[in-house]
Amino acid sequence: MNATVVRLTYRALLGGRRAWLLLLMSVLLLAMAVLLRVTVGVDHQVTADFLGAVAVAALVPLFGLIVGTGVIGPEIDDGSIVYLLSKPISRPRIILSKFAVAAVGTVLFAAVPTFVAGLVMSGTAGRIALGFGAAALVASVAYSAIFLLLSVVTRHAVVYGLAYALIWEGLLGSFVPGARTLSVQQWSLSLTEAISTRDLVSSDVRLAVAGVLLAVVIVGATWYAGQRLRVLSLAGEE
Amino acid sequence: MTDSPAGVIHDIGYRKYDGPRLGRGRVTRALYAHSLRGAYGLGRSARAKVLPMLLLGVMCIPAFVIAVIANVASGVTTELVLPYSRYVVVTQGILTIFVAAQAPASLSRDLRFKTVPLYFSRPLERSDYVLAKFGALTTALFLLIAAPLLIMYIGALLAELPAGRETGDLLLALLGAVIFSAVFAGVGLVIASLTARRGFGVAAIITVFALSFAAVSALQGIIRYEVDDPTLAGWLGLLSPITLADGFQTWVLDASSSAVAPPPGATGGVVFVLVTFAVIGACWALLNLRYRKVAVS
Repeated sequence: MNATVVRLTYRALLGGRRAWLLLLMSVLLLAMAVLLRVTVGVDHQVTADFLGAVAVAALVPLFGLIVGTGVIGPEIDDGSIVYLLSKPISRPRIILSKFAVAAVGTVLFAAVPTFVAGLVMSGTAGRIALGFGAAALVASVAYSAIFLLLSVVTRHAVVYGLAYALIWEGLLGSFVPGARTLSVQQWSLSLTEAISTRDLVSSDVRLAVAGVLLAVVIVGATWYAGQRLRVLSLAGEE
Repeated sequence: MTDSPAGVIHDIGYRKYDGPRLGRGRVTRALYAHSLRGAYGLGRSARAKVLPMLLLGVMCIPAFVIAVIANVASGVTTELVLPYSRYVVVTQGILTIFVAAQAPASLSRDLRFKTVPLYFSRPLERSDYVLAKFGALTTALFLLIAAPLLIMYIGALLAELPAGRETGDLLLALLGAVIFSAVFAGVGLVIASLTARRGFGVAAIITVFALSFAAVSALQGIIRYEVDDPTLAGWLGLLSPITLADGFQTWVLDASSSAVAPPPGATGGVVFVLVTFAVIGACWALLNLRYRKVAVS
């Protein structure tokens, strides 16, 4: 990693109003959690439904998408990446620095609020909050890696990433059971299943398989993004 | 050598344009047609065509499957597997992607390359620009929704389902599609007009549509089934553009709702209709406000 690249990426990602806009989404999640706690009371099934549908299925992928593509996408888009690439820093190292910022950003803005929302709704009972927090944590890192790779490969990274998150994990996942075994969401939920002592969540993937797949995806995507950045060609607008 | 004149101004053939000058209406129409074609990548590079055409294809596949099922199972059932009016909500993810990709493509580049001041140096008014862009994206979305509906309709007719009923249902669904298109286009364009960076525009639109839909659906499910309060669950539908437009067509067009909880009762229906029109109107007003002064940033 390179401290300067990390610092510049961090400032480009969270400088100015952007940090507040991202924070707004996290606060929204917490606000909904508080609202449910007040109206519904403590109901662990509600906690699991809410965190599963809103946090793990929507908030974490969206944050991964915005942050993962945000750390490098705009630079490739406006061409200023050449100034970074012309420095004597190896391309995989640049990717690694960007990945670190993206992963930490997603964890802070999406995984931590998920954990806190779990605490608000269920307390420490049954390790539900911990389970979903852990799921959100690994999912954040995995999504950051995948979407960072995607934004090096294509200029329409956000759109294709969204297609994966909405169509593959959402639409296809509910109709085609096979699609679920190849989904970050299910891999991370297997962690929730393992950690939580209540039987609230069921994942289609076994924990060991999910762990291996997650590791392969995270390491593989980051490595391949580094390789792709070595041969990056800058195209004009369109 | 001395007989050549000292300084010659060559006539290189510049001419004044003395043809007819077409007014505001024509400029608006031209911009509308250009934006509509641009939404599907026509007249742009091949890479710009890939995504919209892909989405159009993906949008049509389920409709095709439904049409085939209607024909294969025509002896068993006299209805389509999925009613026309529910198709939009089931495929809302594709529509969200389309808006997120094309609304910034339509507006942000004009801002970024500073072509907006050039437009406004022509007889084009601010409201004409907004009208052309709003109209173009609405039409593009409408076509995206109408194409699969027509496929289903043709399939239904081939399967010899009652033609009168199918035609009525289709027309109602198309009317609902207009409302969906206008709401999607309005919200998408307002967000896109705020940033000159395409990437930020795409991300912001996705966040608003996808996150609000996921949050509202989950809350509706919990409040309806766990708290057992369908009325409150119904009201929550106001908070997401997708459930809002769905509530509109449930109430006005008597469509079957796809949201977890439909708008509560008659009052709820009226409120949903008013809010839908208010959202479309507010988007129109905000866009006009936005383009009153174009500070090129």
